[in-house]
Amino acid sequence: MALTSLLPDFLVTKLDHVASLLRKHSLWPMPFATACCGIELMATASSRYDIARFGAEAMRFSPRQCDLMIVAGRVVMKMVPVMQRIWLQMPEPKWCISMGACASSGGVFDTYAVVQGIDRFIPVDVYVPGCPPRPEQLIRAILDLQDKIQRTGTIDAREFADRSSYEGPTSLAKELSPQETIVAPGDYRTATRLRVPLN
Amino acid sequence: MPGYLDILAARFPGAFTTSVFRDNQRVVIPADKAPEVLLPLLRCLKEDCGFDMLAELGGIDYLNYPNATDRYCVVYGLTNLSTGQRVFVKAFTNDPEPELPSVVELWRGANWMEREVFDMYGVKFTGHPDLRRILLPHEFAAHPLRKDYPLRGYGERHNFATVTRAES
Repeated sequence: MALTSLLPDFLVTKLDHVASLLRKHSLWPMPFATACCGIELMATASSRYDIARFGAEAMRFSPRQCDLMIVAGRVVMKMVPVMQRIWLQMPEPKWCISMGACASSGGVFDTYAVVQGIDRFIPVDVYVPGCPPRPEQLIRAILDLQDKIQRTGTIDAREFADRSSYEGPTSLAKELSPQETIVAPGDYRTATRLRVPLN
Repeated sequence: MPGYLDILAARFPGAFTTSVFRDNQRVVIPADKAPEVLLPLLRCLKEDCGFDMLAELGGIDYLNYPNATDRYCVVYGLTNLSTGQRVFVKAFTNDPEPELPSVVELWRGANWMEREVFDMYGVKFTGHPDLRRILLPHEFAAHPLRKDYPLRGYGERHNFATVTRAES
């Protein structure tokens, strides 16, 4: 019996579904590696762990060619405008993985210069814990992101249009007056703060 | 007592004190003498005593330090390349406008090191050819290695706009 007799003559699906299916298996990461997490990122890309198995091996060092930013390592305040600019230069649709404790929360670097989580300044889709995370954890993050793309993705990236507010943890979105000075050792919960009004 | 200290004592009587900590011979110039004495003293060490290399230059803030009389200190670590001798010259300066003469004319390598001390402690080096911040962004207002600066800063690290998904 011919195989074609078993298959239907036509399929009904959603264009969004097909687009997401194709996109999620061909993520092009932009490695924004600023510290030791970058070494694990390299290990994940190389032969032993091999994220090519999940279609995310095409690392490009130009944001114009990427759709997945992997922020690996601590980000200092001097680097934040650079990171935001790189993020803005990436074409839609795009996603972001915050890799490691430092990128996600500042980690042990709770000093005046180190940003306490990049999610205050750019939107983040997946957080990876660890210091640094094992390559398996990054692969897990990419699988989770693929799942998220499949669930929420649309062909014209309209799912991003209504996400116009701060996406970081709400407990951190607390505004303190500029006069307030926090002297270490202080309250770790309120030590991070925002001076810019949230939109 | 090393011979170069005799030369210094003859040229700059009463301008400095000396002390020894472990192997370090130190020449300490208090804040009231430092603006006039520091540059000629270092020039004397370089040209007449053979300390031809500026091995290091760093700052210290002695705020709330026991028995400290002056606040800011800039340490010049000099090395005599032919004998291997070392000497540390400590020059003090005080608020409200900490100021010391620049030694870039003696050692050009002091340029970036003085910029770093200026960046972190706010000590102004008069005569420096290009006294700008070297590590922190230019709009940064404070000098973070001062002891009265809080560890977590005054909120500079979060003073950036948030890029949301819709506008990116």
